[in-house]
Amino acid sequence: MKRKMKIRKKTEPVYINGRKLTFGERVKRDFHHNWMLYLMLLPIIVYYLIFKFGPMFGLSIAFMDYKPAKGFTGSQWVGLKHFKNFFSDYYFGRLLRNTIRISIFTLLTFPAPIILALLINELKSKRFAKWTQTITYIPHFISTVVICGIIVKLTSSTGGITSILHTLFGIPQETLLNKSAYFIPIYIISELWQSIGWNSIIYLSALAGIDQELYDAARVDGAGRFKQVIYITLPCLFPTIIIMFILMMGKVFDVGYEKIMLLYNPAIYDVADVINTYVYRKGLIDAQFSYSAAVGLFNCVVSFALVTITNKFSKKVSGSGLW
Amino acid sequence: MRQKEAAAAGKRKMKASLGSRLFDVFNVAVMSGLVIVILIPLLHVVCASFSDPASYVRYEGLMWHPVDFCLDAYKAVMRNKNILTGYLNTIFIVTVGTTISIIFTLIAAYCLSRKNVMWNNILMVGIVFSMYFNGGMIPFYLVVKGVGLNNSIWALIIPPAISTYNLIIMRTAMASVPDSLEESAKLDGANHWTILWKIMVPLVKPTIAVICLYYAVTNWNSWFNAMLFIRDKADYPLQLILREILLQNDTSAMAAGAGADEYLISETIQFATIVVATVPILAIYPFVQKYFVKGVMIGAVKG
Repeated sequence: MKRKMKIRKKTEPVYINGRKLTFGERVKRDFHHNWMLYLMLLPIIVYYLIFKFGPMFGLSIAFMDYKPAKGFTGSQWVGLKHFKNFFSDYYFGRLLRNTIRISIFTLLTFPAPIILALLINELKSKRFAKWTQTITYIPHFISTVVICGIIVKLTSSTGGITSILHTLFGIPQETLLNKSAYFIPIYIISELWQSIGWNSIIYLSALAGIDQELYDAARVDGAGRFKQVIYITLPCLFPTIIIMFILMMGKVFDVGYEKIMLLYNPAIYDVADVINTYVYRKGLIDAQFSYSAAVGLFNCVVSFALVTITNKFSKKVSGSGLW
Repeated sequence: MRQKEAAAAGKRKMKASLGSRLFDVFNVAVMSGLVIVILIPLLHVVCASFSDPASYVRYEGLMWHPVDFCLDAYKAVMRNKNILTGYLNTIFIVTVGTTISIIFTLIAAYCLSRKNVMWNNILMVGIVFSMYFNGGMIPFYLVVKGVGLNNSIWALIIPPAISTYNLIIMRTAMASVPDSLEESAKLDGANHWTILWKIMVPLVKPTIAVICLYYAVTNWNSWFNAMLFIRDKADYPLQLILREILLQNDTSAMAAGAGADEYLISETIQFATIVVATVPILAIYPFVQKYFVKGVMIGAVKG
């Protein structure tokens, strides 16, 4: 049995009996041993090629004048025309500004779940901590459509939140989502409401993994609770924080456009219209496929660049990154 | 184990300073406040749905108890056939979609977690790349249309079948199963297909539970793809029906017959719809919560 296992281990090495295998020989050996795995993977590879890589190649319509009637091969190549049009688009500045503004406000909410996790961790009563967790997770399980429905109802001219704000600050009782000034606060606060509990889980699990002896040692050295958080808890959480931050950077430029699409209306396009919602309207409502694909590609590239840069930066500064 | 440690830590903290105790009081107050803030909107929705429409419209602020208890809104919701068909479509998508997703994810994760397979690393690079860079909405739409899934409920099942994130979690779980199990099964003459279903699947059951839940929730919540691809109202999933009722204020079908109160009742109908569409999920939530939490932790280990 031992001998057999040793042979098996030798499927991958480049050297056999001191002789280097050629690439072709290695491919043959590999296929001989693993053909069944490749057979099982085949549908998966086809799936990825069609539905994940297909759209990537489909992005080439951004450089064409794609006409559904003429098809993918019959359409004419136009180079960077659509990009030039987008950069000189009347709405370009507004879209970019709105996307960046919402991204930045979203990034500002990043510490909230960390703080929540730290506070829950400091609760003396474990039963109370558990209840707090369970209740703060609830909104995560309500669908986006329903959440947006609730937001719209509560902030309508007769809604509960509107009337409370009316009593407290004397704002006029009107539909808040028709006013540009209220869109971002509503968006960000509802986002926090929905995700703060859920996003804190990962930090709580990291906190549970911290070695208790570190705290004991700190206490012997006379560190109070606050100092323990600063010198032990936060440094131990740091790798998790970094990973979550990079992951967030990948999504931040996509700004929850599904949610924005459910909440906005033409009256507040000046603050709520972001690149992705514009792509939807141009591409799927107005059927300008090529132009909106170019706009979408711009968004993808910026997103990807943000992740890559953040990852590089974090690797340099902290030594940990996604890849 | 962890709880014991926590309890021990709790005891050690017993003799706390004044500042520390003040902080505890403050902390409990803040957390209670947060819990209340989280619950208030939900409470309002439930109470409003059980209130008399006319009393609701006159009510100012957020409700914490129904005003003039009344079930008219629910009666109206029950009359709406769309909610029922939406429910049935969503149940179909959730069950069939999740089954397909989990089978594909298991196969992919198994193959990609095997060692000594020449092309696995390259395949993984491609797969992970697709997680950070995608074609975006328009090319995706054209591809799905191109393969002939437009206006079919399968457009909501096949294109999002594999989530790369879930695949990576599953792959990590399978990679941590000791090689010796696979080796001894091979000596007994088992091939990869048998090893996957007879040996691997029972071993990674907890991860499967977690990922099933992730897929199920995604399928349950998804509305955007349905908006892109489904034209026929009979095929609408629940979320799309909800969107019409809640966000496009299409309550006429339900409010009809309420006479002069049509406008009034449409308000409470919307709340009743929310309750009807959300209660099933929240009812199973306490039972599956721990799996979700476990899932996040598995993801965290992957890092």
